[in-house]
Amino acid sequence: MGAQRAKVADVVVRTRVNGEWREAEVWPGASLLAFLREQLGLFGSKNACEQGECGSCSVWLDGALVCSCLVLAAQANDREVRTVEGLTDAGRLHPVQEAFVEAGAVQCGFCTPGFVVAVADLLEKDASPSPATVREALSGNICRCTGYAKILDAVNLAAARLLERT
Amino acid sequence: MDVFLPRSLEEALAMKAERPEAVPLAGGTDLMVELNFGRLRPPAIIDLTRAAELATHRQEDGHVFLGAGVTYAAIVNELPGFKPLVQASRSVGSPQIRHRGTVGGNLGTASPAGDALPVLAAYDAEVVLRSQARGERSMPWHAFLMGPKKTAIAPDELIVGARWARIRGPGSFSKIGTRNAMVIAVAGLCLVIDEDHRRVNVALGSVGPTIIRATPAEEQISSAMASSGAWQDPSTAVSEQVIDEFAELVASAARPLDDVRGTAAYRRHGCRVLARRSLAWALSERRLPTWL
Repeated sequence: MGAQRAKVADVVVRTRVNGEWREAEVWPGASLLAFLREQLGLFGSKNACEQGECGSCSVWLDGALVCSCLVLAAQANDREVRTVEGLTDAGRLHPVQEAFVEAGAVQCGFCTPGFVVAVADLLEKDASPSPATVREALSGNICRCTGYAKILDAVNLAAARLLERT
Repeated sequence: MDVFLPRSLEEALAMKAERPEAVPLAGGTDLMVELNFGRLRPPAIIDLTRAAELATHRQEDGHVFLGAGVTYAAIVNELPGFKPLVQASRSVGSPQIRHRGTVGGNLGTASPAGDALPVLAAYDAEVVLRSQARGERSMPWHAFLMGPKKTAIAPDELIVGARWARIRGPGSFSKIGTRNAMVIAVAGLCLVIDEDHRRVNVALGSVGPTIIRATPAEEQISSAMASSGAWQDPSTAVSEQVIDEFAELVASAARPLDDVRGTAAYRRHGCRVLARRSLAWALSERRLPTWL
């Protein structure tokens, strides 16, 4: 695949990532995930299934939670992308990230960025989601360590923290 | 590989006319998998997500037009009056997938497992196509869906959307799979009752080379309801025997295969169960007409 990639001309993609305009050349068939990781050096979004099954590459595209592996990098041209790296504020962890640490919602950690993004998205839309809503909102994220119980604890903890602040 | 980013449908059609070998890309939930796995290297890709006309829906003269670029998330949020369509859309993938996947993608991919397709079939929808050279044409869903991953689209055409006459009556979409989320249906069924024409429409997904209408079952239940007076009086009970016959006829309309997701026998049985359930739901809904 590498040789094949070298043969075709790259395209220039310019995207606003976490508030900052970023531009890079990329293989025309590359996904937004590949663009973020390989061109922009943002390794928070993880590459696992490459078919939208696992949610490890979840980012916001123009405010909507999407799998970045299923977005063509060129489709994100002139659009706004927010990644897990954009959640920290001046080096301080986002309340969802803090809750994951405190609840022990991390085993191997590979799925964690995707879950953190999906939980942050959920709590931005619904400050006190029901258990069913939480499960539904996280149905596109897979944890193969099967640490779901602790992840659900982290969601409750984060929701409570965020409610206290408002 | 060239990537085109047209800003309107008109621009997209001009590009498709010039480069008929270009592959249209919407939500990417099918095409990107092929690209990511190296199974497809199209000479060109046309991104349709900037063509705002495709992401619209409207209702006019008793008809509904659903743009090819309307996502499943948008259907769930914006079209609550179309319950079977909302139920099918709600069952697609995950939140991430529903934010990107479109009805046009289900039509273009033409997989028998496309969740929106049995609904469009039960609605008797037409598929609206457009080219720069010949303008717009539409054809019934069954003429468009020619077989597994095979459609009647011309190389210079794009799918503009689907259109159907609004049906007054209850209905549902249901499917069988191993989870509630991220499931490719083992069997899917849409049942719609058309009160004005006194018909029951039943369409099956994932149990044949393309979407199947269970015509003998539709005729059996529609005429049984006519002879029992159930059309005039929704409180009239439909006998167990009639329901059994209906479920059996739906099951025998399926043309399933054995594959990794299920055996043909399991799929056929699934159709029987879904048929019985969805008919029971629709009949009880007729007694409490929340759909009015």
